[in-house]
Amino acid sequence: MSQKLKKTFIVTRFDPDKDEVPKTQTYEIEVEPDWKILDALNHIKDTVDPTLSHRWSCRMAVCGSCGMTVNGEPKLTCKDPMSDYGDTIEVAPLANFPVVRDLVVELEGFMERFQEVKPWIMVAKERAVEEGTTQQSPDELADFKQFSMCINCMLCYAACPVVSNEPDFIGPAALALGHRYNQDSRDEGAHVRNEIFRGEGGVFSCSFANECSEVCPKSVNPSGAIQQAKLGNVIDWATSFVVKRGGDVS
Amino acid sequence: MVDVSRHDVVIVGGGGAGLRAAIAASELDPELSIALVSKVYPMRSHTVSAEGGAAAIARDDDSLEMHGYDTVKGSDFLGDQDVIQYFVEQAPKELTRLEHWGCPWSRNEDGSVSTRAFGGMSTKRTWFATDKVGFHMLHTLFQTSMKFGNIDRYDEHFVTKLLVDGDVCRGVAALDIRTGEVKAILGKAVILTTGGGGKVWPFTTNGNIKTGDGMSLAYREGVALKDMEFVQYHPTGLPGTGILITEATRGEGGYLLNNEGERFLITRDYGVGTKAELGPRDMISRAITQEIAAGRGVEIPGKLGRYAHLDLRHLGEEKIMARLPFVRELSKAYANVDPVHEPIPIRPVLHYMMGGVDTDIDAKTSIDGLYAAGETACVSLNGANRLGSNSLTECLVFGARAGEHATGYIKGASVGEEGPFVQQAEAEAARVDALRGRQRGGEKVSKVREDMNTAMEEGTGVYREQASMAKAVSEIAAIRQRFEQVSLDDSSKVFNTELIAALELANMLDVAEAVTCAAVLRKESRGAHACSDFETRNDTEYLHHSLVFHSPDGPRSEKKDVTLGIWEPEERKY
Repeated sequence: MSQKLKKTFIVTRFDPDKDEVPKTQTYEIEVEPDWKILDALNHIKDTVDPTLSHRWSCRMAVCGSCGMTVNGEPKLTCKDPMSDYGDTIEVAPLANFPVVRDLVVELEGFMERFQEVKPWIMVAKERAVEEGTTQQSPDELADFKQFSMCINCMLCYAACPVVSNEPDFIGPAALALGHRYNQDSRDEGAHVRNEIFRGEGGVFSCSFANECSEVCPKSVNPSGAIQQAKLGNVIDWATSFVVKRGGDVS
Repeated sequence: MVDVSRHDVVIVGGGGAGLRAAIAASELDPELSIALVSKVYPMRSHTVSAEGGAAAIARDDDSLEMHGYDTVKGSDFLGDQDVIQYFVEQAPKELTRLEHWGCPWSRNEDGSVSTRAFGGMSTKRTWFATDKVGFHMLHTLFQTSMKFGNIDRYDEHFVTKLLVDGDVCRGVAALDIRTGEVKAILGKAVILTTGGGGKVWPFTTNGNIKTGDGMSLAYREGVALKDMEFVQYHPTGLPGTGILITEATRGEGGYLLNNEGERFLITRDYGVGTKAELGPRDMISRAITQEIAAGRGVEIPGKLGRYAHLDLRHLGEEKIMARLPFVRELSKAYANVDPVHEPIPIRPVLHYMMGGVDTDIDAKTSIDGLYAAGETACVSLNGANRLGSNSLTECLVFGARAGEHATGYIKGASVGEEGPFVQQAEAEAARVDALRGRQRGGEKVSKVREDMNTAMEEGTGVYREQASMAKAVSEIAAIRQRFEQVSLDDSSKVFNTELIAALELANMLDVAEAVTCAAVLRKESRGAHACSDFETRNDTEYLHHSLVFHSPDGPRSEKKDVTLGIWEPEERKY
């Protein structure tokens, strides 16, 4: 086996049952050179301190559970290589979220935002299964595919300067998801979502800092989605005066 | 007193099968109150990790008969043929529904849904969304479920017990991971959709949450676990981590090579014939295991064991990026290999459990009001070996079936007297409170789990033999005793993951008991159960399902007939 390396992990701990404020705890451990940050946390949990709490599951960068702050940056820890860091590594919960315990953050606020953008296909009349699949060209698919790749890891919320200042901001991942459905050729609900986008905490709250797209581990580019949505909203708002809308969608 | 909430249908598990069940029930009756209880937020469910695709006939050169025959042959004739027939009929409808709900299926130039080749399938019938099909299906289902106002989610709630009185199930006791409180979530029907238990083994594609919870919950209430000896080793897992590299790599034309650069599935006889790399998983995993055993494995610096090579280089960068971008991302991030330029080192890795909670074709178990679907169930679609891309479709077909039949059932059902069920939940609250932070002997959760993993790998690998299986039976029994001496360090009520790990370990030990018990009794080789001391299939004595029942004195086994009638069992050669 390969040579093990000595690392110092400084991990933020917080147990609301016992602690008034978060504190840090230091773990000196030996790691394999090809480990990810998550591997080290699991090693600490299994062999050093079973009271450490963090979320994780797939360890292949697709379930989105293990977002944390590593040396000050939001990271998906199962994909974050130890080799990117020096001898001392600080791990803290994601910024901009209330902390439940240790490295576990509160997601309820996000889950509400997520639902708020109506992330489902809205049509005036549902198609019957017997009608078969909808035609959608590869180009039409490409119009939204990138924005459908979000794993809800929350790194973009942790990085976003607007999220930290404006509590009502729907935020990058949820807005990108709403835009994903607006861009889908099978969907007829754009005018409904655009009203939400134009409202308080919608796309015009975004200051285009682009931090969300820079930290996204899946190259979803929420910032790009929001800029597209801003443009779409201006057009949608302008045409709403001259074009009669289709029927109700659900 | 525990907190009590009341619903019509309680679904345990928020992956593909659970979400599909919830939507089916909601569509049938918008007045129903549906509880969706999951130990993680639904989008974290392990359905998310499925890569290659979902099977359903879609092309003119295909037929229900062909999909059915491929499936029953893949199952080594242990699949129930009425179940298989129902499955192939429903499959195209289910994938079409998902298309209507927004799943970003990959498309042909003419705008129709594209299909790809998969192992053991005789034509291209695997629908795909590049190579993140489980991810897209799960997110489509979860997002679609949000438009139904009558699905109440209990996210991050860990179900510790089914509430069963006499022979009816009327809800669950669930630990709210956030607060540490146990609640009674009552309903007239309960559907288990908690996935498999791949974490029983050490080298697995499965995520941390795959701990066989639903299997254990049902087993403890007297429901049989069926065909548990059949566990699938996927041929291509990455070194060290076991991360899945999809069969779609071979569907798109990838080769398997030994250390001499030889395509051994072509040059040697492993029973897969001209299918070569597109043979079924059990056979390909055995072939790789034999190549390595014969000294033709590939060495990797710094990694234990030997591997084969999965070579995609001839597909070219454009095709890899169009069809298999996630495979490239995973290979680079977790094996330091770019498949555009280098072959990917792989070896067989525990992937899927064909067995599970015994259900009939309606997803119903032996307890009134209790249903199961998806990997946690054994409806007997997959028999002794599942074909790749049938399981995502299975989650939809039988998730929907469970939702529909549970909805039908509750019309004539009532919770009745709540008392006995609430009392059980209160007893559960006391049990969980006693377990949290308990000090007993010197055993640790992580160590007991590791020893269980080792015993299961040695006893129930790609190849098994009587002696090693018998050893695993006794080892698992001993490890179950050791669990009673586990001490826990974390006494906090808030997000206590050590407590959850202990509860999950208890569940996995139930699964391990059932797997080893069933494995040692099947003295033949069929599908994924390959016995070195009984090398052939024996239809005279073993063309039957195996049932394992929990009892205080140790597991008890029975046989159950296989439903035949459409396809006559024949020698399985490709």
